[in-house]
Amino acid sequence: MARLGSAVLVLAALFAPPASADVARVAAASDLSFALEEIAAAFARETGHETRLTFGSSGNLARQIREGAPFDLFLSADEWYVALLEKAGRTDGAGTPYAIGRIVVFAPAGSPVGVDAELAGVRSALAAGRLKRLAIANPDHAPYGRAAREALEHAGAWALARPRLALGENVSQAAQFALTGSVDAAIIAYSLVLTPAFRDKGTHALLPEHMHAPLRQRMVLLKGAGTAARELYVFIGSAKARPVLERYGFGIPAR
Amino acid sequence: MDAQALALSLKLAVGTAVFLLPLAIVVGRVLAWRRFAGKPAVEALLALPLVLPPTVLGFYLLVTFAPTSTFGALYQKLFGTTLAFSFEGLLVASVIANIPFAVQPVQRGFESIATEVREAAWLCGMSGWRAFWRVELPLAWPGLLTAFVLTFAHTLGEFGVVLMVGGNIPGETRTAAIAIYDRAQALDDHAAGVMAATLLALSFAAIGVVYWLDRARRHRG
Repeated sequence: MARLGSAVLVLAALFAPPASADVARVAAASDLSFALEEIAAAFARETGHETRLTFGSSGNLARQIREGAPFDLFLSADEWYVALLEKAGRTDGAGTPYAIGRIVVFAPAGSPVGVDAELAGVRSALAAGRLKRLAIANPDHAPYGRAAREALEHAGAWALARPRLALGENVSQAAQFALTGSVDAAIIAYSLVLTPAFRDKGTHALLPEHMHAPLRQRMVLLKGAGTAARELYVFIGSAKARPVLERYGFGIPAR
Repeated sequence: MDAQALALSLKLAVGTAVFLLPLAIVVGRVLAWRRFAGKPAVEALLALPLVLPPTVLGFYLLVTFAPTSTFGALYQKLFGTTLAFSFEGLLVASVIANIPFAVQPVQRGFESIATEVREAAWLCGMSGWRAFWRVELPLAWPGLLTAFVLTFAHTLGEFGVVLMVGGNIPGETRTAAIAIYDRAQALDDHAAGVMAATLLALSFAAIGVVYWLDRARRHRG
């Protein structure tokens, strides 16, 4: 009996929630993968608060949060999903814009596709059948996928591109498709192309902002957010996080 | 309801089972009756997909399919295309992922044939080939059918590998399981619900067949 009792105690200890250290649980769009890790490290140095980061497509994360996923702070790659969660009564306030996302066209080394800001190289490679696979994030639920589709539409290449698309579950997966060289080109987040993983892996061209609806990235505190998350929310919007965001190619929204 | 995705899933499931069954018959028969050094290692290797996360297989396949790898470069030279983001690539992934689901029931099927029966066939002067068709296959058939149905059903349910190497291409790599995930992410609960229910019914029917076969086998034996 005593043995059973101690076994139960051990099990209870294993499954008990950690003692209430104040940790900021963050759900973030995957274009922030690297930038947010740097910001979280700086935040930890300054405040001693730990951050737990989860990356995914904004649509996927919003869905999980709507169904009650335990997060304190949501950094979306657009405004729409924040509005959706606010309407669902899951947020604490309406949130604030923290960055403006940009997209690039990227061609891995050895690709027969030329990259340029008008997507002319992509269009001609598509027409000539040289571009067999083009990776973008899924436009149905990833804001960067939507922006990529708009840019292709703007360049008059959407109809040609459609049968050639390989869709990433989020923009990070689309970027990973491009890195493995299994696709001939990709339209992905500028912030990801600026990470070390992409160094010397290919060429890219920044697409002008008028080619797609702006990716106004908005963050919002979620119901029940603790002190650490509230401080992180302020930190991300402050001058301390700005240089990191800018270094990863994000625009900073006017307040 | 994404009929295209469902049709693709069925095509992949049948394709995998058709490819894998002859292979499983050869391997399962050897494993059932032969003893050789290193047999446990071979059996363990073939059972690996049962316990490995699909992401492990997905990762290795993605790296192997890439034109930067030796295999990927060779494949591209031969066929002018890559296996990543193609139906053929999914088929390769699916065949590997389903090896234990095909081999193990086939092996059990051959194991269930009594040694005396095989000896009798041999004493009657049947050639090995004839004994295989006339004696072994008819006796092992519940195992073979179970292998076919299990492989079929398991392929319908495949998700992790497909998500990693598929690229979600309609008519090519967007299977029903992926389409459900996709619709759920897009907050389209109706479409996700209809397809989920369809897959549930199909899978139940398939797995039901497996249990029914098992009962039939035991009643007979």
